[in-house]
Amino acid sequence: MNKRLFVKGNEAVCIGAIAAGCRYYFGYPITPQNEIPEYMSRELPGLGGTFLQAESEVAAINMVLGASAAGVRVMTSSSGPGISLKAEGLSYMAGSELPAVIVNIMRCGPGLGGIDASQADYFQAVKGGGHGGYHLIVLAPDSIQELYDLSMVAFDLADQYRVPAMILGDAMIGQMKEALIPHPYQPLAELPAKDWSVTGKGNRVQGNTVKSLFLQDGALEAHNWRLHDRYQQLKDREVRCETIGIDDAELILTAFGGAARIAKTAVSMARQAGLKVGLIRPITLFPFPEQVFRQATERCRRVLCVELNNGQMVEDVRLSVDRQADVRFYGRPGGTGSLPTPEELFEQLQKHYKD
Amino acid sequence: MDNNKMNEDVFMAGFGGQGILLVGNLLAYAAIEAGKNASFFPAYGPEKRGGAAMCSVIVADQEIGSPVVGRPSNVLLLNQDAMAKYYPRVRPGGLCLYNSSLIDASGHQRSDICSLAIPANQIATEVGNVKLANMVMLGALLARNPLVQLESVKQALDIIIPERNKRFIPANLQALDRGFSFATA
Repeated sequence: MNKRLFVKGNEAVCIGAIAAGCRYYFGYPITPQNEIPEYMSRELPGLGGTFLQAESEVAAINMVLGASAAGVRVMTSSSGPGISLKAEGLSYMAGSELPAVIVNIMRCGPGLGGIDASQADYFQAVKGGGHGGYHLIVLAPDSIQELYDLSMVAFDLADQYRVPAMILGDAMIGQMKEALIPHPYQPLAELPAKDWSVTGKGNRVQGNTVKSLFLQDGALEAHNWRLHDRYQQLKDREVRCETIGIDDAELILTAFGGAARIAKTAVSMARQAGLKVGLIRPITLFPFPEQVFRQATERCRRVLCVELNNGQMVEDVRLSVDRQADVRFYGRPGGTGSLPTPEELFEQLQKHYKD
Repeated sequence: MDNNKMNEDVFMAGFGGQGILLVGNLLAYAAIEAGKNASFFPAYGPEKRGGAAMCSVIVADQEIGSPVVGRPSNVLLLNQDAMAKYYPRVRPGGLCLYNSSLIDASGHQRSDICSLAIPANQIATEVGNVKLANMVMLGALLARNPLVQLESVKQALDIIIPERNKRFIPANLQALDRGFSFATA
């Protein structure tokens, strides 16, 4: 067994990315994700890679676009305000079918917001932060180990489907430290060759082009249907979700990322108090675990969605559950002193369990 | 849950610059090296110095759920603001060590917890540097609740301190010992 490392979440995501072969990073600093560029700036040059602190987030995402078009594994990271600036580039990448990994360690918003733990960017991540009706693959780890593991998964899924992948974290899991076992990288599947990449004409009759502009009659519609099929395949094949104790549950708590960590303790407090409470933790936010919610709520009718915002994922929960299910919400939007404690969530569970 | 399984939480708070995050990280790292599970969750303001700084450390045999603790069982308070805010939150039956060099505890009395005054700044100054108050507090905690062996913490110190600061290790070890023996006495 590999020795356990004791690292921050922000470092774990980098260790995973490097293990998965990422050698290119372009970004611009912002708290609470600064350990990511710090780590990459220290490690990549020695591995023959490139770290570049761009003049802005807009420049950084376009560097990511360029590197991806050249067929290499590339990553960027930021927090809410910076992700907003990157949104245009993300849309171009989605339109150009370019794989890359984007990390968002969320801060509280809107505007400049604050650096405390929050999940204010669920909509932005899952509903397409930029224009044009695209999706990103969105992964929501809840531990340092999972940040490492999913960072590898993100690269594989992005390459496999040619869809950019976002790791959506919060200041809690980005900043906290836990043990990490750095398992060696093993690709999820045999990954397709990047024969579309722009690496010079070589022996090709026609050079490759990477673009999001389709002018011929019907070409753009066909392109969008192709992207749609890709998103459908992701929904069919790549849903990831953790469930705890939902088979006999009278109340299902659902939460993702950092909120799920607090929720797990609240759920075990509830179980010890004799309340039949279960947990559904979506790991992929897109594709969303719609079936898991539908099936679970055919039996257990009551769901409490807990988020570190004023109610975002709860909309996808409501769209997914059995039509007779009763979905409730408890949220805390973030800011100093706003993080709910397990005791507070336990109180919520007691309240919603009864009436 | 198996009651023999260890699950201890420590919450510490003070102002930025007092080394709250350093001792929290140190404690959690020592626990990991001792084969336990541990989480270290820091929280701090945007200020470089002087803002509130706090962290939660959990040491357990099993998987750790929430790294956030509402009613902590072991609490280290290093300044007056932290005392006002967090003393009432100590779990009944819990342990609270406060830095009596900076904290006036009158008006903060609870009979349902064990409160212990540690003149941490004073002891640290005797060792040679007031900045060692954090180590005094950690040493004192370990005397009252050996959730990690003092020896493991000392070994961990050598690993987490960067090369450029290694010369400060002997003083830190001494501060840990002084805190430990103060709280043992």
